[in-house]
Amino acid sequence: MIQLNVNGRGVSVDADPATPLLWVLREHLGLTGTKFGCGIAVCGACTVHLNGRPVRSCNTPLSAAAGAHVVTIEAMASDRVGRAVQDAWVRNDVVQCGYCQSGQVMAATALLKAKRNPSDRDIDEALAGNVCRCGTYARIRAAVKDAAKALG
Amino acid sequence: MNRLFEADAANVLAQLSTTQPIKLARRDFLKATGAAGGGLMLAIGLPAGALLGGRIAQAQEPGKKFVYPPAAFIRIGTDDSVTILVNKLEFGQGVFTSLPMLIAEELECDWKNVRAEHAPAAQVYAHPGFGIQMTGGSQSVASSWQQFRVIGAAARDMLLTTAAQRWKIDKARLDTRDGVVIEIGGQKRRINYGALAEEAMKLEVPAKIGIKADPRDFRLIGKPTRRVDAREKVDGSAQFAIDKTLPGMLIAVVARPPVFGGKVKQADLDPTKITVKGFKAMFVIPVDRGGSGVAVVADGYWPAKTVRDGLKIEWDLPAGPTTSEQLAQYKALASQPGLPARADGSPDAIDGAARRIEAEFEFPYLAHAAMEPLNAVIDLKADRCDVWCGSQFQTVDQIRIAQAAGLQPEQVNLVTTFAGGGFGRRANPVSDYLVEAVHVAKGMKTAGLDVPVKVIWSREDDMRGGYYRPLHVHRVAIGLDAKGRPIAWQHTIVGQSIVKGTAFAKFLIKDGVDHTMTEGVVDTPYKLPNMRVSVHHPDVNVPVLWWRSVGHTHTAYVMETLIDELAAAAKQDPIAYRLSLLDAKHARHRAVLNVVREKSGWGRPVAKGRARGVAVHESFGSVCAHVAEVSIENNAIRVHRVTSAIDCGTAVNPLGVEAQVQSAMVFGLSAALYGKITLNNGAVEQSNFHDYPVLRIDEMPEVSVHIVPSHAAPTGVGEPGTPPIAPAVANAVFQLTGKRLRRLPFDLASA
Repeated sequence: MIQLNVNGRGVSVDADPATPLLWVLREHLGLTGTKFGCGIAVCGACTVHLNGRPVRSCNTPLSAAAGAHVVTIEAMASDRVGRAVQDAWVRNDVVQCGYCQSGQVMAATALLKAKRNPSDRDIDEALAGNVCRCGTYARIRAAVKDAAKALG
Repeated sequence: MNRLFEADAANVLAQLSTTQPIKLARRDFLKATGAAGGGLMLAIGLPAGALLGGRIAQAQEPGKKFVYPPAAFIRIGTDDSVTILVNKLEFGQGVFTSLPMLIAEELECDWKNVRAEHAPAAQVYAHPGFGIQMTGGSQSVASSWQQFRVIGAAARDMLLTTAAQRWKIDKARLDTRDGVVIEIGGQKRRINYGALAEEAMKLEVPAKIGIKADPRDFRLIGKPTRRVDAREKVDGSAQFAIDKTLPGMLIAVVARPPVFGGKVKQADLDPTKITVKGFKAMFVIPVDRGGSGVAVVADGYWPAKTVRDGLKIEWDLPAGPTTSEQLAQYKALASQPGLPARADGSPDAIDGAARRIEAEFEFPYLAHAAMEPLNAVIDLKADRCDVWCGSQFQTVDQIRIAQAAGLQPEQVNLVTTFAGGGFGRRANPVSDYLVEAVHVAKGMKTAGLDVPVKVIWSREDDMRGGYYRPLHVHRVAIGLDAKGRPIAWQHTIVGQSIVKGTAFAKFLIKDGVDHTMTEGVVDTPYKLPNMRVSVHHPDVNVPVLWWRSVGHTHTAYVMETLIDELAAAAKQDPIAYRLSLLDAKHARHRAVLNVVREKSGWGRPVAKGRARGVAVHESFGSVCAHVAEVSIENNAIRVHRVTSAIDCGTAVNPLGVEAQVQSAMVFGLSAALYGKITLNNGAVEQSNFHDYPVLRIDEMPEVSVHIVPSHAAPTGVGEPGTPPIAPAVANAVFQLTGKRLRRLPFDLASA
């Protein structure tokens, strides 16, 4: 059994320590908001926060999350910055298919927690790891700025 | 694809089901509305007897008006909520918003109370002109434009009738606004739709109903409207098929042959040797294209994949192509005339040319690479099969699943979930991934695992799973007169037929020519004398399929780069030259060209090191133009800005149209810059986003989309933004380098 804290709640997981955190979240804990896109940390759909930093859960083994604080998209609505990002996403009508957007929101939230007023370049750098096949990038850029503005 | 939808009352049902008659899936329909009958949700609708108790084919006999029961599409709750059952797949294009807007416009309900759900699979939800339930061809709004407004108007009329009966007054004295029936004058009574719905459902559907004739009366149509599915897609709660869970459900991963149609020759499938925790079973199953593979079942994706990846399988592999050799063969074919697709004027006209342009183009196979890898959840029982998937092809899939499971189509309950993209991949005439999932479920039964299963494809499985945009070679010779005007155009296209051998062949192949390969060439809007087009359709062991904008993905590139070349030969401005070859009949082309000329700064100075290129193309009834502003940095093409214009008739939701034009443009730009699937002896060489790159945010150009105002009926929106982006960029590159790019993805070194 491996102990970790997910969205503020202590959990014990009975799984091979090599199991990627993504599948622990999705299949053991029922937190399916975190998405499987590539399995090799190149698309960002599985982005979660591990001890406050954005990581790709598809190549983060459960063992690396032992004792850590993991925050997923399901907790963003109750996070001040996360909620501001979600609201900005809705205001700017960002989503299309929506599959990558959990990862986009997690990456943008991490950016805004680290930088209150990100530049265009900061946004591009922070989100370049998150692929969107619907091509919502223009509205993502606008929404990140809108969220930054809303957060003041 | 356009031709498919022009086929009047054409019906693929007969083509799909040669062995068993397709019954109207009335059980599904009753279940759909029955779910609403139990509690809060009350369906408005019509007596069950009126429910089209026949086959869709009968309902679509010429001259017979198909009456759509509002109950199949609208549920009004006692809480005044209005739920629209959307018969198209929501996979990004916004049908959960645009289609409810059409109904709400006529129903005159309160938009704030409107939500959307996927309709079940049933014949009442078939494409009105085509007879199968499907999402594709940029048809969702265009094909629902009349139908959904009529459904909304019928429902409103039934609510009015109910209120009139209750108040014992003339219906003419009633009006509606925001979900309330209002008495004009008299006692000025008001009653919410929610209080009328139960009675209204007992009425017969009016046989004839009027809809708003004057666009000035529209309250919703034409208003930028935010998506109704936005919140659930930013808080992680939106359910995709990959998120579906059932009690006791297991996960399966399949080892598929490395060459399409390959078979397992020998494999060590001794389960006692497997020590991975959670492993349940493994067995050989039939897979697509007559092949076989090994399914591994476990209590999670990771253990299933771990076991799968460790399997030692010896394969019997059929022959398959190596891309370099295939290209050489295609080029040899392209130098010989093929089956005629267009033959205007004289074949000898080119002999009199003062000069010639000769060009050969190469286009690779392309993967759809949707963000959500293929997957499906199957619960197979002796007498029914429940399936959850993000299907673009419900009717086809229902039939194929039934055939694989040994059931009747009406025993297959296909539940459509959100899909994480699709771009054509989830509209497969052979339902490859679903049929395979049925075989997994059957294998589990044999292995004593009588539980539901979710089959998940890894990204690598998805990328290597076939059904690509076909590889093509075009060879074109253009004769010019002394003034640089075209006097002859000889064009040969080589590529696999997408629809050959499928239920769609009857509608899309004529005299051996697959129209999905020639669309955009044979129907060019430009006045091109002595145009002759012929095709070769080689058979190659690589499955191919429609990919966002289908044939236009390559034909627009060839036509729009060559027209640009002709403009340069005539020493004319590229936009002015195009306009000179477009007559008044092509007002949409002219309109979008004029808009991008004005909005892009065309003809005005551009930042140092940059140049602009233009392209315009019609597809799916709409015309889209892009002007791309491009530079070359570190020997790589960089697109800084794209100015777009689209004429799509009435823009039902301009906010959605803007999103789709951007989306389609990005999709085309990804392919132009990077997209390439290659094969070595039949085995696909790419596997994931590291070797099949797609556009990322740091490469995203600044974009502006301009919608040409129109009151015409809506035409396609999801795809028309894709075809013109690659040629617009290539034409800008020519301005920078003087070189014409003939090979995709772009390779500056090859030009």
